[in-house]
Amino acid sequence: MQSDIKRLSLILLFAPFALWIALLIILPHMGMVVLSLREKVAPRVYEFGFGNYIDFINEPIYWNTLLRTGSMSILVTFLALLIGFPIAYYIAKIAGKRSRGALFLLCLIPLWVSDLIRAFGWILLLRETGVISTFLIRIGLIDQPIEFLYNDITVVIGLVYTVILFMIVPLVSTLDGMDNAMIEAGYNLGGNGFTVLRRIIVPYAMPGIVSGCIVVFMMTAGSYLTPILLGGKNSSWFTEQIYDQFITRFNWESGAAFGFLLLAFTSVVVWIGLRLTGQTLANTVAKS
Amino acid sequence: MKHKTKITGLMAAMLLTTASFAQAETLRLLTWGSYAPEELVQKFEERYPDIDVEVTFSNNEEMIAKLRATGGAGFDLAQPSHDRIHAAQMEYDIYKPLDLSKIDTSVMEASHLEGVKANTTIDGEVYAVPHQWGTSGLMANKAVAPDFKGWGDLCDPQYQGKTSMRLKRTILLGTAFSMGHDPFAAYSDLDKYQQILDEVAEKLIECKANIKAYWKGGDDLSAMMLSGEIVASETWDSTAYKLYGQNKDIVFVPPATGALAWIDTFALPRKGKADDAAYKWINFVLEPENVTIMSGSTGAIAAVKGGLELLPEDKRNAVTAAFTDADIANLKFFANIPAGVEDMEGKTLEKIKAATGG
Repeated sequence: MQSDIKRLSLILLFAPFALWIALLIILPHMGMVVLSLREKVAPRVYEFGFGNYIDFINEPIYWNTLLRTGSMSILVTFLALLIGFPIAYYIAKIAGKRSRGALFLLCLIPLWVSDLIRAFGWILLLRETGVISTFLIRIGLIDQPIEFLYNDITVVIGLVYTVILFMIVPLVSTLDGMDNAMIEAGYNLGGNGFTVLRRIIVPYAMPGIVSGCIVVFMMTAGSYLTPILLGGKNSSWFTEQIYDQFITRFNWESGAAFGFLLLAFTSVVVWIGLRLTGQTLANTVAKS
Repeated sequence: MKHKTKITGLMAAMLLTTASFAQAETLRLLTWGSYAPEELVQKFEERYPDIDVEVTFSNNEEMIAKLRATGGAGFDLAQPSHDRIHAAQMEYDIYKPLDLSKIDTSVMEASHLEGVKANTTIDGEVYAVPHQWGTSGLMANKAVAPDFKGWGDLCDPQYQGKTSMRLKRTILLGTAFSMGHDPFAAYSDLDKYQQILDEVAEKLIECKANIKAYWKGGDDLSAMMLSGEIVASETWDSTAYKLYGQNKDIVFVPPATGALAWIDTFALPRKGKADDAAYKWINFVLEPENVTIMSGSTGAIAAVKGGLELLPEDKRNAVTAAFTDADIANLKFFANIPAGVEDMEGKTLEKIKAATGG
């Protein structure tokens, strides 16, 4: 009787999650795979084949864009970690109990505004006739307006800003669990700041770092608005290619193939990242 | 007891919803951003109290993508451009033929009506009638770029870093015309069209260094133009007319080789459920006073007789400031897009975007 109830409650608790995964993740992706393996031969006539994937390999523009998206996403992830770590450390370890909540809230506030509005915020600041350029002229630092917008650096800045919160949150929660005595012990044993950071804090925060990096990397590689709005003449982003295939070229087959390639590519990058740093999902993300 | 009230409540709610379904018909419009102004929707609902209007804003490509996803269900009236009917219908079967007897075609400008009919007749059935027409061309700030008059001028080093364009098919076609080709004529010979596209790509890649940025929507284009960051751009005429209202120096410039003209149409999605309401809406927006409200919102000219006179005054001034009769006679109407051309153009656009030209 008891075990039946236990089993029932387990099933009931698990059902929404299982349904979500099956109906909204697995099923659509299977549909995408099937779609990506169809080749259009004539209007309303399709054949089974790998043509869409072969097209991708044969067209340097496509895989260059994918590699570009990948490498810029890695850069964004790295920068987000670099900037986010001290912030998270301050919130979790240095700030007082009271200010901690307020600081955390401050980090959350930008998330209440949609991506689109935040991108427009950057546009207002960075454009040639925007706030920063005008300000620099006003104080006499430059005499010609400068265009900060429409280049890759802007895209990176915008993306870091959009995703950094997803780096800070897991870091704060892992660092929060660390006993201050461990840091003190490190100093007592003669370690300097850097050694303590390298040998104690970073290893302890590893679960947070890994899960933060994975989330940030995936979000960046899959983002659409920010790179489109802030990017310049040469800034192609892979999601833009997918959108174009689906919407402007009515080529769902190839769009599906691209979508699948993006998923595969980001998964491989995450796997390589875990391998290179000697981490596994089991002892990092599962722990955090 | 509590249980009972709950059930009764539920039943009452269900009854209510079914009742309201039976009473009100819903007209689901799939149309362009400004093609269903609130004022008109309200007026329509007042006249036909049993019809609810639901509006979804979209663009040509998304309209087709949406209808394709459902096989033509989910909407009762769509408004794609005239060149987006034939191929989409052949390929995806998303529209149904119109019953022209239910539409007051007598008020429509004959040339537009015949043109759209010719473009959208499949197996003797007509799939669309015209609604609004407008053009794509150029705009320039006459105070700083008085001599701006052709597509090619976007690449003139005189305007280095001060021009913009949207990286879509319009600029490909415009550039092709400016290089002396007739891309629409080449639609029947896709090898020739590919050659033209290759030449156009070369030219536009070379031109990249001259462009400040590719605009993506009316808003960022307006901001760049009004702030003076650019002095000229490829544009939709309606955007240029709006800017003319704020700065009389910014005018629409029909390119020397002819502005590219489109006609947005009325078409019925294949699985639409409220055809009668759709016909009512079509006839409603063709009434003269409603045409003026509509054109005030869209900035485009209604394809009815005397459509120009029915424009609100400010828009009419902007149009007359931009077009001479010769320009109107020189319009190049977008030709039906044959299958495969979207792919060819898409590849060309990707090539231009990926090229490093400054």
